[in-house]
Amino acid sequence: MSRFASAFGKPAPALVCFITAGDGDTAANLDALVEAGADVIELGMPFTDPMADGPAIQSANLRSLGAGTTTADVLRYAADFRARHPQVPLVLMGYANPMVRRGPEWFAEAAAAAGVDGVICVDIPPEEDDALGPALRAHGIAPIRLATPTTDAARLPQVLEGSEGFLYYVSVAGITGKQQAQIASIEANVARIKQSTGIPVAVGFGVRTPEQAAEIAKVADGVVVGSALVEICGQHGAEAPQHLKALTAALAEAVHSAR
Amino acid sequence: MNTPLNSFRNLPDERGHFGQFGGRYVAETLMPLVLDLEREYRKAQQDPAFQAEFDDLLEHYVGRPSPLYFAPRLTEELRLLAASQGKPECGAQVWFKRDELNHTGAHKINNCIGQILLAIRMGKTRIIAETGAGQHGVATATVCARFGLPCVIYMGAEDVKRQSPNVFRMKLLGAEVIPVTSGGATLKDAMNEGLRDWVANVHDTFYIIGTAAGPHPYPEMVRNFQSVIGKEARAQMLSRTGRLPDLLVAAIGGGSNALGLFHPFLDDPSVKMLGVEAAGHGLDGDEHAASLLGGSPGVLHGNRTYLLQDEDGQITEGHSISAGLDYPGIGPEHAWLKESGRVDYTAVTDEEALDAFQLLCATEGIIPALEPSHAIAAVKKVAPTMPKDSIILVNLCGRGDKDIFTVAERLGVEL
Repeated sequence: MSRFASAFGKPAPALVCFITAGDGDTAANLDALVEAGADVIELGMPFTDPMADGPAIQSANLRSLGAGTTTADVLRYAADFRARHPQVPLVLMGYANPMVRRGPEWFAEAAAAAGVDGVICVDIPPEEDDALGPALRAHGIAPIRLATPTTDAARLPQVLEGSEGFLYYVSVAGITGKQQAQIASIEANVARIKQSTGIPVAVGFGVRTPEQAAEIAKVADGVVVGSALVEICGQHGAEAPQHLKALTAALAEAVHSAR
Repeated sequence: MNTPLNSFRNLPDERGHFGQFGGRYVAETLMPLVLDLEREYRKAQQDPAFQAEFDDLLEHYVGRPSPLYFAPRLTEELRLLAASQGKPECGAQVWFKRDELNHTGAHKINNCIGQILLAIRMGKTRIIAETGAGQHGVATATVCARFGLPCVIYMGAEDVKRQSPNVFRMKLLGAEVIPVTSGGATLKDAMNEGLRDWVANVHDTFYIIGTAAGPHPYPEMVRNFQSVIGKEARAQMLSRTGRLPDLLVAAIGGGSNALGLFHPFLDDPSVKMLGVEAAGHGLDGDEHAASLLGGSPGVLHGNRTYLLQDEDGQITEGHSISAGLDYPGIGPEHAWLKESGRVDYTAVTDEEALDAFQLLCATEGIIPALEPSHAIAAVKKVAPTMPKDSIILVNLCGRGDKDIFTVAERLGVEL
């Protein structure tokens, strides 16, 4: 059974936590998330031009790059995480250019060797799947696609075709971190998507509090929290793990007991 | 359009690819929008009323056709240079396509007219754009005022400081100018912010991209709107001289003025073409904006193309004396034209461009923008190596009013 199948196969919905690699003590931050109850980890690959991200994650990218984080560092964080946490699904999330810089084969092979389970590439839509998807699949890594409020019924099958691991439903048309999603529209869209696919659907963008997370967990297989955690990394630096632990524990409690 | 199978003019393919370049590398939220844009653009292309309105505005509002001008004193100057280099039989004739005489002072307006007509056709009620030097911002603000649509311009905070006259122009025209402080606070960051706005306002907003880059169909669409330059120039040259030019020269930032001139000539095998990138302080260092000559292929802002980047694929800041060339990428069709060998590319430094700027002022009474000054600097090198009966056609894509402060500073003159 894949790590995704285990994480999403539990009776309770899954909590998916995102932080940016190289922003603070990455190993300690990741351990804090797992210890506090995160079911899936998304590790952000920093990029100079994160055009789908709001101010919180933009700043995290710049902090990480400013600290000298390289692709090799990100892969090392991933490999070390896998050694410490053999069962927790690990997803790399980022933009196309750092992923394809040395060729898709190189990246897929390196990510597989580091124990990565899935990759979310924000700016490779199904139309450009050739740029990375085949290499990932050949190395047993799930290409995780995004669906959004603008992904209409006609387009949805194309997005689902070739999607693996889980589907990431972006709850608002916009950038990460700021907007509040309307629960009614999330519920309707998740229901629509689940009619067309058997893979789990996790919902993210704009989810900041345990209350919001609990509402979404009632209607989805997983809840993704990113910017709120990334802000903690930015505010607390070396002290971040304890604060991450506190928020993550509250989020996990809310998500796991939502239904 | 009827083009032969081996034509250089039949790309992109239906996926928006120029060979390995181009494409639609955008977030899923934007993907349905770019598909919708392409559908609407295809319909507009088939609609004679759309073309008629575009042509009418170009004639009566922009002031087209722009003149084709033979530059006698510059030609003579370069012949003297040829003679001094031991080649008295050399010194090509230099001609200019005068797109600096357009309304708003540059070629940018051609594209803005086309895109705002499309925006109106699609029922969009709000316009956004990015700008570097401010020329595209001014052109966008201009067409928004002309059609009564609200306009938001994203401009790097550094560029807002460097280009204050253009910021004021945009405001006079009713645009809201938003300084972008993220990243390096220049053109690429303004483009990131434009994309962030678009993704959050998908239902009512049209993004007028200023150069032949971005996700398909923008590179093709911008090229087609700008091709009016080359179509006019080709007809004008045939009518004036009875033949085609031997060499076309144009400056390249994103590459829209060059494609506008080159594209209608691509299937004329006798016509050579030279694109001129900004070498800044020199290609051997990091301070240049020459994506083709000093960069490598990658993915940014919706397309695969040549980029300035490090070994991990992080984008590096371009540098040029010309804020309009100061972008770390280039339109994907240029990347393909380079690889296919159809167009040659070179680069000139800030110093060479500054010399060429002054040369044109002194010999022809024309103050060029710093962007086409790069093209003129390349002509200064190549014209003295070509026979006297050969013809070079340069795209004079913008006028230099906006640049007098930069030039004065570089020349040590206080205004």
